[in-house]
Amino acid sequence: MKKLFNEFLKGIIKENPTFVLVLGLCPTLAVSVSVINGIGMGIAATFVLLGSNIIIAMLKNIIPDRIRIPCYIVVIATFVTINEMVMKAYSPALDRALGIYVPLIVVNCIVLGRAEAYASKHSVLNSFIDGLGMGVGFTLALILISGIREFLGAGKILGFTVVKGFEPAFVMGMPSGALLVIGLLLGFFNVLKNKKT
Amino acid sequence: MNDRLIVSVSPHLHKDESVSKIMWMVVVSLIPAGIAGVFIFGVSALWVIILGVISALATEAALQKLTNRKITVLDGSAVLTGLLLAYNLPPEVPFWLPIVGSIFAVSIGKQVFGGLGQNIFNPALVGRVFLMASWPKYMTNFTKPFSVDAVTSATPLMALKEGGVGVLENISYLDLFLGKRGGCIGEVCILALVLGAAFLLIKGYISLRIPASYILTVGLFAFVFGPKGFFSGDWLFHILSGGLILGAFFMATDYVTSPLTRKGQLVFGIGCGLITAVIRLWGGYPEGVSYAILMMNAATPIIDRYTKSRIYGLK
Repeated sequence: MKKLFNEFLKGIIKENPTFVLVLGLCPTLAVSVSVINGIGMGIAATFVLLGSNIIIAMLKNIIPDRIRIPCYIVVIATFVTINEMVMKAYSPALDRALGIYVPLIVVNCIVLGRAEAYASKHSVLNSFIDGLGMGVGFTLALILISGIREFLGAGKILGFTVVKGFEPAFVMGMPSGALLVIGLLLGFFNVLKNKKT
Repeated sequence: MNDRLIVSVSPHLHKDESVSKIMWMVVVSLIPAGIAGVFIFGVSALWVIILGVISALATEAALQKLTNRKITVLDGSAVLTGLLLAYNLPPEVPFWLPIVGSIFAVSIGKQVFGGLGQNIFNPALVGRVFLMASWPKYMTNFTKPFSVDAVTSATPLMALKEGGVGVLENISYLDLFLGKRGGCIGEVCILALVLGAAFLLIKGYISLRIPASYILTVGLFAFVFGPKGFFSGDWLFHILSGGLILGAFFMATDYVTSPLTRKGQLVFGIGCGLITAVIRLWGGYPEGVSYAILMMNAATPIIDRYTKSRIYGLK
């Protein structure tokens, strides 16, 4: 049980997909303008990760080694399509806000990375926990980045004004602001890590 | 015992110059432009300058203390960054704008890379562009010169962009030269800037290569691609307006972010001139000096690489 819990925890801290593995930066940069977008993206990616990790862990003995990447992509694309249709049906506003980045989860390197590095070598249960940990880690990272960007760039968090009279810096809502925030956060976490060791 | 033989590696001849001394000399050479700016726009300009300089110094000291490095606040580089940033701001900005700009310029523009000598981009311009992208409404709010109650007015370049060529007729070159126009604090009085630049040139702290190639390129480009067909442009207006003189003499010549080789400096100046002229004539912004210098800063390492001088004895 403890081993499973550690497997879950590593996706959040020790192998955080955004701040340690530095995977999936394209959606991170693009959708982290507001917290609600960040949460939506995180949940969508977590769903795809869970589904693909489980199915690939089940099929790992059937999939021929030489064509494994196309096989993984087919599995991932299936879940992304389900995800996209559900999102279009139940929260069209979020779907419009995330735009092209929902179908692009297919090529999100976290999903393929976990399929190749983890799910193809481990049991179904472990893969499920790994996908959950990675998904939660990705979601938390997105919430952190988009929280900072929404506060500095629009003066709001989750759409609510936090400080009266605060003049938002437009640049934080632009792509350059995303690069600045991610760069500084990466540096900050590396400093923390180096202090510990 | 005084004439002991000192055994050391070369170089054996030393000049009485140091980075710190040169930085302070550049600060001194910028003072006339500051005085002119305060004279033209009033006391609010002085506050912008003071706040910019003090917060640049404080940021530098705080970051060096935080990262356990030697505290070198008084080497003049932070003062220069704060001063140049303030010179690049309109006179009537809210009080926090120069503070935020200086903090950003020194922390992200300079200390993140490792301090003086390590930065890729000119820190003052990094600060200015950050402010420009973040709070454009304050950064484009220029006041009329010699007005008591801060009447807003467009800079000559803004008027040109919005109103077309007809606007040029009621602006005299003498007004532009002396600084009787809307604009940023330090860029308006060309006379004061030229005095400061002449001081630096005579002392040999900067060479004419970057400023001359920069200014001539802008002038030539503006002349060739004039509003009434080829070779009809008002080149003198383009040289005297905007931040071109300030940028060319004091910011493009920054030692850290400009090429080391002579040929490279010419390429750098011409590149800055081309980008500035293209932004002014066809771009979305009325002025492009800061963007031009930053873009060429990014190209500096590659310019240095391709203009490296041949080592003696090699083919």
